[in-house]
Amino acid sequence: MEFFTEFPEMERGALRDLKKTIDQNFREFSREYGENIENFFDPLLWFLAWLQDLLVAAPWPLVILVIAGLAWLGSRSVKVVVGTILSFLAIGYFGMWEDTMATLAIISVATTVCIALGIPLGILMARSDRAQALVTPVLDVMQTIPAFVYLIPVVMLLGIGKVPGLIAVCIYAIPPIVRLTNLGIRLVEKEALEAADAFGANYSQRLLGVQLPLALPNIFAGVNQTIMMALSMVVIASMIGVAGLGVPVLRSISNQYLALGLMNGLAIVALAIIFDRVSQQYGERLQKHRKGINHD
Amino acid sequence: MTDIKIRIENLYKIFGPKPKSVLAAVQDGMSKTELLEKHNHVLGLKDINIDIPARGISVIMGLSGSGKSTLIRHINRLIEPTAGKLLVDDDDVLSMSKSELIQFRRHKASMVFQKFGLHVHRTVAENVAYGLVVQGTAMNEAKSQSHKWLERVGLAGFENHYPSQLSGGMQQRVGLARALATDAEILLMDEAFSALDPLIRTDMQDVLLDLQEELHKTIVFITHDLDEALRIGDTIAILRDGAVIQQGEPQQIIMHPEDDYIFDFIKDINRGRVIKIGTLMAAPNNNVGPDIDRNMVLEDALQQVASSPTQECNVVDSVGTRIGSISLTQIVAGLARPDVEATPDARYR
Ligand SMILES: Nc1ncnc2c1ncn2[C@@H]1O[C@H](COP(=O)(O)OP(=O)(O)OP(=O)(O)O)[C@@H](O)[C@H]1O
Ligand SMILES: [Mg+2]
Repeated sequence: MEFFTEFPEMERGALRDLKKTIDQNFREFSREYGENIENFFDPLLWFLAWLQDLLVAAPWPLVILVIAGLAWLGSRSVKVVVGTILSFLAIGYFGMWEDTMATLAIISVATTVCIALGIPLGILMARSDRAQALVTPVLDVMQTIPAFVYLIPVVMLLGIGKVPGLIAVCIYAIPPIVRLTNLGIRLVEKEALEAADAFGANYSQRLLGVQLPLALPNIFAGVNQTIMMALSMVVIASMIGVAGLGVPVLRSISNQYLALGLMNGLAIVALAIIFDRVSQQYGERLQKHRKGINHD
Repeated sequence: MTDIKIRIENLYKIFGPKPKSVLAAVQDGMSKTELLEKHNHVLGLKDINIDIPARGISVIMGLSGSGKSTLIRHINRLIEPTAGKLLVDDDDVLSMSKSELIQFRRHKASMVFQKFGLHVHRTVAENVAYGLVVQGTAMNEAKSQSHKWLERVGLAGFENHYPSQLSGGMQQRVGLARALATDAEILLMDEAFSALDPLIRTDMQDVLLDLQEELHKTIVFITHDLDEALRIGDTIAILRDGAVIQQGEPQQIIMHPEDDYIFDFIKDINRGRVIKIGTLMAAPNNNVGPDIDRNMVLEDALQQVASSPTQECNVVDSVGTRIGSISLTQIVAGLARPDVEATPDARYR
């Protein structure tokens, strides 16, 4: 009877030993390779620091001007540009300029890394069903495992700092771009590809000339989602030493500073909305050729 | 003697996980239904033997699912056969390496698709230049060729439009221009005009016939529409369930359908507008009436023959030589449907 009421769990001592062994091994692994891995990420660190310094050091009107210009290029919408300028003015006025610049820097670098890794991975998945079957569960795990859990091995390996924070952000944010690149390529109309084949396109002509351009709207939706997820990871990443808007948010949680938390939270929201609108409208403009006669 | 451009010999295509394993059964005559029920494979093509003459329009006709698309895609090897031979200009297409095949597709055979297959992210001009760009032609040259061919198909001025901004007929003109631009000798057209309205379709047939008069390409034209086949085909092959059941000249097929399946195809055509008197004529009969051309269709000849005092006419060829005679009775007999039971091979029942 007892068998059914008490779960027949592993013997306590054995379980403890198992956990201990895993920890032990990982710790040894970190000691052995941690430094190499850290060195490997040095260029990234350097780039991140450089971008952050640049954004903070540059005169604020210039930064706003550049950001507004980018928003215009992306969205071609006066409303979005005006909204962007007002948001950044408010951010500066309420004393969040430096943190916002730090966040912008890490988001930019993280997004770049995600695109650089995610698109090729997505292409690979679209090309081979086996790669897709292999990568999909990994992406599922990456997306669903609580972010705090994978902070642990990252911190054990690389300690606390910008790079581990960046890696955590990337792990969290990369799945959408991989998935949507794969999906976008797989959804390319068979007729368009067949035409390319019939005219003798080789592999790269197919990929660069037909598959990627036609998948672009989906890939772009992936970039958009990746940016959003990176932004939402900012607060958590600040627990392991990433500078930016997440730091004051954490501080306000532990000290019950309502106003501070709210303002920084709203700054994150503002960034999210700006990124979202700009990238979405850019994505829409990429699709203008798909519209028919009546939509002109 | 016309020379043969494309030679298809004993071609088989079976769709499924292990086509080779059931090939022998199919070669022994297993039917499509039986193959599907017993082995869960789909019979695409069965023992196809077709010679496609150079510089003519060869039509391949059949109902939906008869294997037309499958067959035409073998010619540029978009589909690999299960067994058989395929020669183009006596070159074995099936033994070509990947890169040879790419060269073959770039320079030798181009294709027009039923659903156009245009690239929606390219402008009309870029679509037409596509084959050239893939070949590696310089941008300037590709551009001027693209312009030239757009003009030829009547779309000058639409260079910078996107396909989605054009009607179906215009889109297929783009498809045709794209195929012509590469200057390939072989033009593969898979139901190229089937998606178009009847009037536009006739327009496009005219465009094609006009171009062909000058370009003399070897055209393989797929259709399920007999009127279209008769209008443009120099020869017609009819497919059913993946097998060729009759091939020959259009007039021959109308006059002597080999079985019920073909009879069903031809029974509703307007015979008066399709059958030419050259097909029906008897031996020359000394000066029985006025001269008429052998390519005149029955409907047009009827008037003249009826008004001839003898109710007969002389049939002449294009240079005016008398080659036969035709009587009113023969014309009336030609207008009546042939009786299919009288034909020797009524397998279709
Ligand atoms: N990839 C495939 N896998 C399995 N069966 C196929 C495949 N492609 C074609 N078939 C089958 O082969 C047969 C011939 O198909 P095909 O597309 O060549 O016909 P079709 O004559 O072009 O018809 P339609 O007029 O509808 O275009 C059909 O029974 C079809 O189901
Ligand atoms: Mg078809």
